[in-house]
Amino acid sequence: MVGNEERKAKRRPAARSKPAGQKPVGQKPGKQEAGGPRPDPALDPREVQKFAALADQWWDPAGPMAPLHAMNPWRIGVIRDAICRQFGGDPAQRTPLVGRSLLDIGCGAGLLCEPMARLGAEVTGIDPAAEVITAARLHAEEQELRIDYREATVADLAAEDRRFDVVTALEVVEHAEDPERLVQEAAACVAEGGLLVVSTIARTNRAWLQAIVAAEYLLRWLPAGTHDWRRFVQPSELARWVRGSGLVVQELRGVTWDARTGRFVDAPRPDVNYLLVAARL
Amino acid sequence: MTEFDVVIAGGGLTGLAVAAGIGRIGGRVLVIEQERIDRLVEPTFDGRVTAVALGSKRLLDRYGAWDAMAEHAGPILHIEVGEKNSPANVHYDHLDVGQEPFGWIVENRDLRKALIARVDALPSVEVVAGHRIQAFDRTPARITVDLGGRSVSARLLLVTEGRFSRTRAMLGIDTEEWDYHQRALVCTLAHDLPHHGRAVERFFPDGPFAMLPMRGLRSSIVWALEERLAEEVAGLNDGLFLAEVAERFGDALGELELVGPRFSYPLRMVMAERATDERVALVGDALRGIHPIAGQGWNLALRDVDAIVDLVTERLSAGLDPGDAGTLAAYASRRRLDGISMVAITDGITRLFGNDLFPLKLARETGLAVVERLPPLKRLFMRHAMGTLGIGES
Repeated sequence: MVGNEERKAKRRPAARSKPAGQKPVGQKPGKQEAGGPRPDPALDPREVQKFAALADQWWDPAGPMAPLHAMNPWRIGVIRDAICRQFGGDPAQRTPLVGRSLLDIGCGAGLLCEPMARLGAEVTGIDPAAEVITAARLHAEEQELRIDYREATVADLAAEDRRFDVVTALEVVEHAEDPERLVQEAAACVAEGGLLVVSTIARTNRAWLQAIVAAEYLLRWLPAGTHDWRRFVQPSELARWVRGSGLVVQELRGVTWDARTGRFVDAPRPDVNYLLVAARL
Repeated sequence: MTEFDVVIAGGGLTGLAVAAGIGRIGGRVLVIEQERIDRLVEPTFDGRVTAVALGSKRLLDRYGAWDAMAEHAGPILHIEVGEKNSPANVHYDHLDVGQEPFGWIVENRDLRKALIARVDALPSVEVVAGHRIQAFDRTPARITVDLGGRSVSARLLLVTEGRFSRTRAMLGIDTEEWDYHQRALVCTLAHDLPHHGRAVERFFPDGPFAMLPMRGLRSSIVWALEERLAEEVAGLNDGLFLAEVAERFGDALGELELVGPRFSYPLRMVMAERATDERVALVGDALRGIHPIAGQGWNLALRDVDAIVDLVTERLSAGLDPGDAGTLAAYASRRRLDGISMVAITDGITRLFGNDLFPLKLARETGLAVVERLPPLKRLFMRHAMGTLGIGES
């Protein structure tokens, strides 16, 4: 814990030196027009700042986002296959997602947006942290990819009345102040016949051991304090919120680290990290 | 400028195998070979044979290249290792570990023909022969190579040019080299009597001698000798040469007759100081060329191929960058241990058997005899020789 506080303290000045530091990170950009500040229930400012401090290291596969880099092939595979099933398309093709619009909520520096763009999707990535959006834009330019990155919350998008073929919210609901509302707003952005993909961590003893004790304290894959067990979401809760938003759950898959092959693979139960696919019929 | 996922420098067996593996899932691959393609399959270009271990055969099968090789492949059913004039011989029978042969002896040109045919059938793979990389340039997103008049760019450059790679030197990757001061004499023999799939390896104070069973009534000789002696033997006329062979090997195969030319290759171990560089990975002998004593050279190279093809195809099918730092780090860590242990094993065997000190000789004989009497250890040795440890199956 002490080490973590020190680390945070060291990074804070760097985060503030960026132009976006002029306004408090995590508040909606459009709040002035809306007439005075109002708390955004889907967002906890402390949670946002935590990730903004990590932006520069985001793309380092051995850096603090190493677990996401490691999990990426698995989750991309599942999402790609789900989109191909829903809209038609051959997952073995190099660009099976051509013609699909995709919104990634809490896109960070673009770990999901970039591969989805390479697979052919027209990608919009939103994140409330200005610093990571800047990092994401720089990286996409470097990779010669066209991605629409915006410093925005899902509430902004929902308010704009835009709809997407696919909406993804990966490893974000466990950082939201009001996860149910986040899921509802994400679902509102899904076009008719489209998909919502949410991944998070279950609130189980096993998840506490693996995602917090092991990943943050023993293996140091993630900085201590990255996750708060009380914010983890049970698959049944997530499914209830999704159904409450008028969507139908298509798929629920757990994922686990396979030490033998050094990869993430399907888990027998969704009791730690899991991913849910739902459709708006 | 043409864009590829992967550019491969070197259209030898290893480079072609990588191209077959990546092209299989539609990865856009360019293979750059400095020789003309027709020259590569001429009988005088490469007289060597390769021992394709069981694990390697399974890999080639997955890449769709084995079928065309199979008709030229001689199965190895028995392996005999020992010393001349010594009672200690180790005999391995493939039936001790399963139904399948230990491996197959295939002429390099047959391997090459099959791989070229396979690669030709893949629409996303292009081969340019008669060219070499003149210059290269790297950005964070890609590597661009200049072929002298044509520029191509890719996410990843794989160097498969063998142990004396030019591109590796251009990249500034240093090597550790060890000259064994030996040459390998290689040739093909026809004989009267069947070899029954028996591979024989005998160790002499001046170097190891191997007789490898090819398809039909033919065998390949791989005979390593100290440099000056090698030159002498290479200078003998065919009749005297065959007499020397009979002296080493005996008359178990009846009358021997030379088929085709005799070749001679220098034996050197070369290890690159690192497996990767920004947007670059070394694969096969360019990464580390080992002593051919245990017949593991290409099998070890194919384990590199397996690792890089696996990583690159996984990343391509997920829209991920196949040449980013994460991929390269994963490749380097997957290959580190395997490469070092094989260099140590073959180098150790060479030094042990290339020495005529009495205590060592005794230790060798005891060592071999002990292996013969301990079936579990023997099976482990055999499985290692077959290369089924280390190549993933799927």
